[in-house]
Amino acid sequence: MFLIKCPYCGEREQSEFSCGGEAHIVRPKNPPDLTDDEWADYLFMRKNIKGVQFERWNHSNGCRRWFNIARNTATDEILKIYNMGERPPKIEGNDLKTPSGEPEIGSGNISTSFKKE
Amino acid sequence: MTKKIYFTFDGKKYSGIEGDTLASALIRNGVFVIGRSFKYHRPRGVISAGCEEPNGIVQLETGNITEPNVRATEIELYEGLKAFSQNNWPNVNFDIGSINDLLSRFIPAGFYYKTFMWPKKFWEKYEFFIRKAAGLGKSPTADDPDKYEHFHYHCDLLIIGGGASGLYAAKLAKNSNLKILLIEQNSQLGGEHLSKQNSDKDSPLFKKLEKLNNSSNLKILKNTTVFAYMHSNYLLASQKINKKNLRQVIWKIRAKKVVLATGSIERFLTFNNNDRPGIILANSARKYINYYSNKIGKEIVIFTNNDSAYKTALDFHLKNVIVKAIVDVRKGSDGDLVKKAKELGIKIFFNSAIINTEGRKRINKVFISKLDGNFKKLIGNPEKILCDLLCVSGGWTPNVNLFSQSRGKLVYRESDATFIPNKSFQEEISIGSCNGTFNLDEILEETYDKMKKLLDGFGEKIDEKYKENTEKIFQDKMQHIWIVPTNKNFSKTKMFVDFQNDVTAKDIKLALQEGYKSIEHIKRYTTTGMATDQGKISNINAQGIISDLSGVPINELGTTTFRLPYTPVSFGAMAGRNIKEFFDVERTTPMHQWHINHGAKFEDVGQWKRAWYYPKDNEDMSQAVNREVAATRRGIGILDASTLGKIDIKGKDSSEFLNRVYTNSWSKLAVEKCRYGLMLGDDGMVIDDGVTTRISENHYIMTTTTGGAASVMSKLEDWLQTEWPDLKVYLTSVTEQFATISLNGPFANDLMKKLYPNFDFSKENFPHMSFKAVESDGIVCRIMRISFTGEMCYEINVPSSYAKDLWEKCFKLGKEYNITPYGTEAMHVLRAEKGFIIVGQETDGSVTPIDLDMNWIVSKNKYDFIGKRALSRSDTIKEDRKQLVGILTKDPNEILEEGAQLVESISALPMTMVGHITSSYYSPNLGRSIALALVRGGLKKKGGKLFAPMPKKTIEVKITDPVFIDPSNNRLTA
Ligand SMILES: [Zn+2]
Repeated sequence: MFLIKCPYCGEREQSEFSCGGEAHIVRPKNPPDLTDDEWADYLFMRKNIKGVQFERWNHSNGCRRWFNIARNTATDEILKIYNMGERPPKIEGNDLKTPSGEPEIGSGNISTSFKKE
Repeated sequence: MTKKIYFTFDGKKYSGIEGDTLASALIRNGVFVIGRSFKYHRPRGVISAGCEEPNGIVQLETGNITEPNVRATEIELYEGLKAFSQNNWPNVNFDIGSINDLLSRFIPAGFYYKTFMWPKKFWEKYEFFIRKAAGLGKSPTADDPDKYEHFHYHCDLLIIGGGASGLYAAKLAKNSNLKILLIEQNSQLGGEHLSKQNSDKDSPLFKKLEKLNNSSNLKILKNTTVFAYMHSNYLLASQKINKKNLRQVIWKIRAKKVVLATGSIERFLTFNNNDRPGIILANSARKYINYYSNKIGKEIVIFTNNDSAYKTALDFHLKNVIVKAIVDVRKGSDGDLVKKAKELGIKIFFNSAIINTEGRKRINKVFISKLDGNFKKLIGNPEKILCDLLCVSGGWTPNVNLFSQSRGKLVYRESDATFIPNKSFQEEISIGSCNGTFNLDEILEETYDKMKKLLDGFGEKIDEKYKENTEKIFQDKMQHIWIVPTNKNFSKTKMFVDFQNDVTAKDIKLALQEGYKSIEHIKRYTTTGMATDQGKISNINAQGIISDLSGVPINELGTTTFRLPYTPVSFGAMAGRNIKEFFDVERTTPMHQWHINHGAKFEDVGQWKRAWYYPKDNEDMSQAVNREVAATRRGIGILDASTLGKIDIKGKDSSEFLNRVYTNSWSKLAVEKCRYGLMLGDDGMVIDDGVTTRISENHYIMTTTTGGAASVMSKLEDWLQTEWPDLKVYLTSVTEQFATISLNGPFANDLMKKLYPNFDFSKENFPHMSFKAVESDGIVCRIMRISFTGEMCYEINVPSSYAKDLWEKCFKLGKEYNITPYGTEAMHVLRAEKGFIIVGQETDGSVTPIDLDMNWIVSKNKYDFIGKRALSRSDTIKEDRKQLVGILTKDPNEILEEGAQLVESISALPMTMVGHITSSYYSPNLGRSIALALVRGGLKKKGGKLFAPMPKKTIEVKITDPVFIDPSNNRLTA
């Protein structure tokens, strides 16, 4: 249950929001010109990144506005909140790994090893 | 004189004293066997005095307030308490499951996995036995009469743990302006200090700390366990109130900073037969004798690999209990406590170990053997010592569970084999023994330094610093001994690691031999650490054993993930007040009370309560529905359709917007006209349907299905905000602002004239598929002439607060037409007679408009609309897709089951399914059964024959057109 700072309402509980999946997938302007594969790519193919993912979020139990979030999916750190229609921001210097040291791919179900830094 | 408290255990009456836990009271009564072990059903007694307890698990109380898996070490005794041992079928003293103990070599690691691999026949045989024998408590069968609350709390500082470090932290911060919450899981503050003997409690600091009390900026919660540490410093705690009517409270806490002062848990040692009643953790034994004044043993032996257990020896000695021996794995120690024990003449066996014990229902002797210099081998003959209590200490494990849940990074400290906090992820600090700091003087120093920094961060001043001189205990001078050597064949030993799940060292060895390498896999295969205690005592020992046997150092092996909840939380507490009618929102229409008064049966449609049918006299459901359906086609049927979603659409681009979200064209729809629309997803599949009306040039009202109202609204908002922000369109949900009364049947027009005498309801002025705003008694109603029954129909949308009046007026004026209320079931029959689909019944997310034979509603002229491109994908244009057809059974009285599979011919199993029934009813108007179905290539198979193979018979059916009544729409347009 992380906190999200709605650009319109301020900081609220995650439970007030819903995630609309990967951001920056624009509906093609010329559907009839696309092959089946291209259309399927628009329709179905989504990234599932462990690390920084650009996502659409909706303040569904609040102002009902949509906006974008750059979120580290491994740590739930929100790195940037920006408006619909804006280009994805550059996120620099963010360690993709979780602080508890689990691997870059896979679930947190895997045991972690501990070595002194 | 302390107050006596009476209670019963397994039906037998006992007494304890005020302040006892159930465990201490049972020990006071000499009851050592509290339960049976899970797999081998060995007699077990408590081994601790806290939440880490794996053995002393009881069923508390009976009937509707019974609670399974309660730790006897945590239950404060109260008058009349009733507790029962678990896992003891048929009783605690004679236990059929203890045969498992004798058969233990047949119940190795992975037993349950392997059992599932047996042939099915075997499983059926053993299932009863396994289920009966493997239960951990019973859940109540009746409703819990007590209440549980949820409480939200925001604070600057949350201190978890009321031991020395937590209390000192609170004291240091108390004079600041911060709002502080301190949470202690026990009923008293003090932590480890409580276990001390009185003469050691004279510390001036503790005198001050114990006086800490609730004040304007400090709130102290006792009997409360923080069980979850989540993101953004959001923590959950469960508070035991145990008052009549309020049992528990879940605290939902957001803290700016968290101070973890959660202490540490003593470890066990892994030696043969280390699970007998009367074998107990050393510091817990000390708590029983000091804090509970409970003479837990008469002749005791201590088995340790560190200094701290000597405190237990000294305290028991002081209370005139005979300390027969201290068996110390180490070759020696210079610690102050060890010196004291030597001075008192307590016999110490250095470089030795306990290698076996005896005593079935209580320990009565131990066997001590000398160890070699590497602690791997036994030397010479074991010595036998009689005793009735064995106090064990394998060192201490910092309680890093919450720190780990907060996703902080741990580091392994070799000297005492502990995982300690290394790098924080959230706004939190760890102090005291949960941070691996065990000596009081060091704890105070560390707490002061960390709190100073923390308070600086808030711009707040810190309280004065305290110092305390304490005896030197060499915490880091412990000797790891993960498996105590044995003089027995290892495969015949019973060295318990996880007491609650009965996992032994040899089980872990077997798992390694069978090829398991990852600690997570070994954990699941052997089930070590997976019981309700979550391996608070056992996890580190399991890791040590794996490390020992595999030769991989512990720090490379890693630790398993710490999960919430830290201690079990009852479902009642999690649910809080959100039960029964408060579990989910119940939505009712303005006419709801009328439906109740007229005997309606209700069905849930999403969150709505909809009238299902209105049985009269002794009618059953089908009689009532048949009557309602017939009355509608012959007179007037009246339906409460208020639950349909209504979306008000305004703005200059409204027509364009509708063009994009519906398959058909909207630009040319005249004002005051209605049009049916199908809404698709961009995958081409039908997601909603309904009638939309143009009220004025730039104003529409859209109707959605009852269940789809919220999701359609969300989807439309999504398109508008994210894809088409340039469109000037404004959406407002008005579902609850208007109630809808649907009047259907050949006399609907006559009733309308009576309801609105000043309005022209002629076919010319108000034809089918048109709209009028009509005023009566000063109320403007939005009336649509549309139909979902195939009958002439008027849908009156009336402002909700006037709806019940109008509804009743309809009955008054409609009496002469036999006006009959009908529910959702009759509505389904009526629309099925007419072949109208219901989205979600005829469609399931895999059905296109073409599949529904509704090509007529799909615009060929529009360049694009949502779903258009997908309708020409290679898969959606296939001719043999499942398509909507009508189905008539050969026997007109046979009513098919919805969901029944259809095949072309009866053959041996498996048969090739060509379709399924989506709707099936008895049609009183046709005097026979009707059904709708999705059939592969069905549109071209009309007139053909299919079969519905049912378990007891095969039903022959004919494929027909889905419109059974009035295909030419004469009734609609009358
Ligand atoms: Zn908002």
